[in-house]
Amino acid sequence: MEIKRGIAVSPGVAIGPALVVDTEGYRIPQRFIDRGQRGDERARLRAALAAAAKEAQARQDTINQKLGKQYGAIFAAHALLIEDPELIREYDALIDKNHTAEYAVSQVIRRHAKALESLVSAQFSTRSADLFDIEKAILRQLLGSKSEELKHLKEPVIVLAHDLTPSETAALDPKLVYAFATESGGRASHTAIMAGMLEIPAVVGLGRFLTDLSGADEVIVDGNRGVLIIDPDEETREHYIETQQTIGTFLRELGELRDLPAETKDGVRVQLMGNIEFPQEVQHCQDRGADGVGLYRTEFLYLNKTADPDEGEHVDAYMAVLRSLGSKPVVIRTLDLGADKFANRVEKHNEERNPSLGLRSIRLCLRSLALFKTQLRAILRASAYGDVRIMFPMISTLMELRQCKLILAEVKEDLEEENIAFNRKLPVGTMIEVPSAALMARELAREVDFFSIGTNDLIQYTLAADRTNETVANLYTAGDPAVLRLIAQVVAAAQAQASPGDNGAGPQRTVEVSVCGEMSGDPIYTLLLLGLGLRQLSVAPQNIPEIKKVIRTATLTEAKDVAAAALKLDTARDVNNYLRDRTRRILPEVVS
Amino acid sequence: MTGDTHRRTVTITSPHGLHLRPISQFVELANQYQCDVSVSKGPQRVNGKSAINLLGLAATPGTQLDLEVTGPDATQAIDPLAEALARVFPDD
Repeated sequence: MEIKRGIAVSPGVAIGPALVVDTEGYRIPQRFIDRGQRGDERARLRAALAAAAKEAQARQDTINQKLGKQYGAIFAAHALLIEDPELIREYDALIDKNHTAEYAVSQVIRRHAKALESLVSAQFSTRSADLFDIEKAILRQLLGSKSEELKHLKEPVIVLAHDLTPSETAALDPKLVYAFATESGGRASHTAIMAGMLEIPAVVGLGRFLTDLSGADEVIVDGNRGVLIIDPDEETREHYIETQQTIGTFLRELGELRDLPAETKDGVRVQLMGNIEFPQEVQHCQDRGADGVGLYRTEFLYLNKTADPDEGEHVDAYMAVLRSLGSKPVVIRTLDLGADKFANRVEKHNEERNPSLGLRSIRLCLRSLALFKTQLRAILRASAYGDVRIMFPMISTLMELRQCKLILAEVKEDLEEENIAFNRKLPVGTMIEVPSAALMARELAREVDFFSIGTNDLIQYTLAADRTNETVANLYTAGDPAVLRLIAQVVAAAQAQASPGDNGAGPQRTVEVSVCGEMSGDPIYTLLLLGLGLRQLSVAPQNIPEIKKVIRTATLTEAKDVAAAALKLDTARDVNNYLRDRTRRILPEVVS
Repeated sequence: MTGDTHRRTVTITSPHGLHLRPISQFVELANQYQCDVSVSKGPQRVNGKSAINLLGLAATPGTQLDLEVTGPDATQAIDPLAEALARVFPDD
C-alpha cells in the first residue's frame, strides 16, 4: 500500500481499478523535409489547423449543451488558439527552416507552454494544459492517427494521468470513470472546475507517482482529503467502503432537507437565507429551499462598466432577483466598495496607505451623492414589487446612519413628487461590521428595523488582522472571545429594543438581527449563534443544506447551554475546540 | 494601414486577471474589425488579435493595459474593445 497526498479539488471517495493515461504519447515521426516541400508542408499545416479548429468548435457546441455555455467557452478559446496568427507565424518560420509541420507545432507550443508555466501567477500557469490540448488536437490532424481515448471505455476505472487536458476531462463519462488523480494541476485548473461540475472525485498535484504503477492496480481516490492510495490493504479498503456509504447517506439526507423548514427539534424556526452576488444565484438559493436572500451584494453592478450603472440597470437587476424570489424577502446592500476598486472613477483618489481603513463603502457613497441616490431610487422603485429591504454597509457612527436615512428620505420625496410607486415602509437596516457600531448597537437599534452582523469585517477590525495576510491569519477567527462578546452585545441591544421603549416607536417594535458573514456558513458556529439569540442566518447557497441539518438536529436548550459555556472561555482555541466538540456530538458528519 | 488611431488605458479588475476566457472573447471581438489592435503592458506590446500573446502578458488584477487601434474602422472599434478588455469574469 502506498499513500500519496495532493490537492483535493472535487469531493467524494472512489475505489476501483486504475487506468493510466499516458498524455506524452504523440511521437513526432520526422523532423526535416526537403527544401522543395515547404509549400506543401505549409498547406498541410493550414488544412490541419482548419480541421482542428472545426473540431474544437464542434466540441464547444457539445459541451454547451452538456454542461452549459461557460464550460463550452474553453473550447471556443481553443479554436482561437489553434488559428492564432502569431503562432502560425512561428510555425511557418520553422517550416522555412525545413522542419516538418509536426515538429514546428510541437516545438512552438511547448515553448509557449513552458513560458506560461514560468509565470508567477497560478491561474496563468495552469493554462499550459490548454496548450498541450491544442498541440494534441493539431497533431492528431497531422498524423491522422487515433489514440486510445477516454470516451471508448468499456468498464469503470479510476483515471490516473500526469495531467488531464480540459477536453479529456470533458470526455469522461461519469458512469465509467469513478474518479481521477493527476500528478500536476492546481486548484484553479479547468480540469478541477470540470471535475466538480461532473461530480467526479478528483485529486490533483500529487507529484510523480505514475512510474510506480503497473496495469490493473486497485486505487482509492479520496477527494475530500486530497489523498490517493495505491494498492490499499484490506483494512483501508473496508474503511473507505464504509466512508463511501456514510457520504452517500449524508448527501441523500441533505437533498431531502430542501422542503423542510430550518427548525430546531424543540420547534424554534430560524430564517435561513442565501447570500448572492448575481441575480442568477437566486436560483441556487431556491434550489436549496432558502427562506429568502439575506444579503445581495451589489458591487458587480459597478465593476464591469466603463460608466457607473444607471437607474435602469439597477432596477433590471433587482427585478430579476424579485422575479425568481417570488414573495420571499431580499436584503439589498448598497455599494460596498473601496475607492481603489473603481476602474472607472473619473476623479482618481490619492492612493490610500490603508484602504480597509480608508474611503470605502458607505463613506464613499456619502461623498458621491449622485451615485448613491441612483441606487437608492432603484431599490425604492423595486420595493413596489416585492419584499425588498435596504441595508447600509460599514456604518461606524450614528451620524453616518442618520445621513443615510436623510438621503433616503430625500429620494423618497422625489419619487412621491414624480408619482413613482415604492414601499413607504421599506425596512431599513445596517450592517454591524465595525466594532464601534457593535458597541453603539443600542443607539443604532433605535433608528433601524434590522441589523446584519458582517462577521468577515467585524473579525478583521476587532482583531486588527487581515485574514489574507498569512503571517497574521492565525489571529483571524470567528471563535475569538472578543468577537463572541460583540455579537452577544449586538443581539442583546436589538432585543432590548423589542420590549416597550421610550422612543415613541411603540411596544411592538422589533429589531431583527441576522449574521451574514462566513461564520454563519460554518456548521461549528450554528449552535453558538442560535444560543446567542440569532434567529436569522444568511449563508452561501451551497452551505444552506448543511446549516439546516445542524439546526434541525439541535434543540434551543442545548444551543443556549453551548452559548453560555462558550462565552465563559478565554481563548479562541478553547472556544473553537469546544464548539467543534459540541457540534460533533450532535452531527459528526459536519465537523472536519 | 491608414485611418485613425485611438488609444485607451484599461485596468484589469477580474479577480483572476486576464486569463483564457476573457481573452478569447476579446480576440473574437477584435477579429470582427479590420483595424490593427495592439495591447501593451508597459514596454511589452503585443498583437491584440493573438490569444497566445495576450496570455503571455500575464495581466493580473490591477494591471493597466494600453489598448491601441489603428485602421479604417478604429473609431467604431475602440469603445467595444475597451469594454471587452475591462469586463469582469468573477466566477471561475
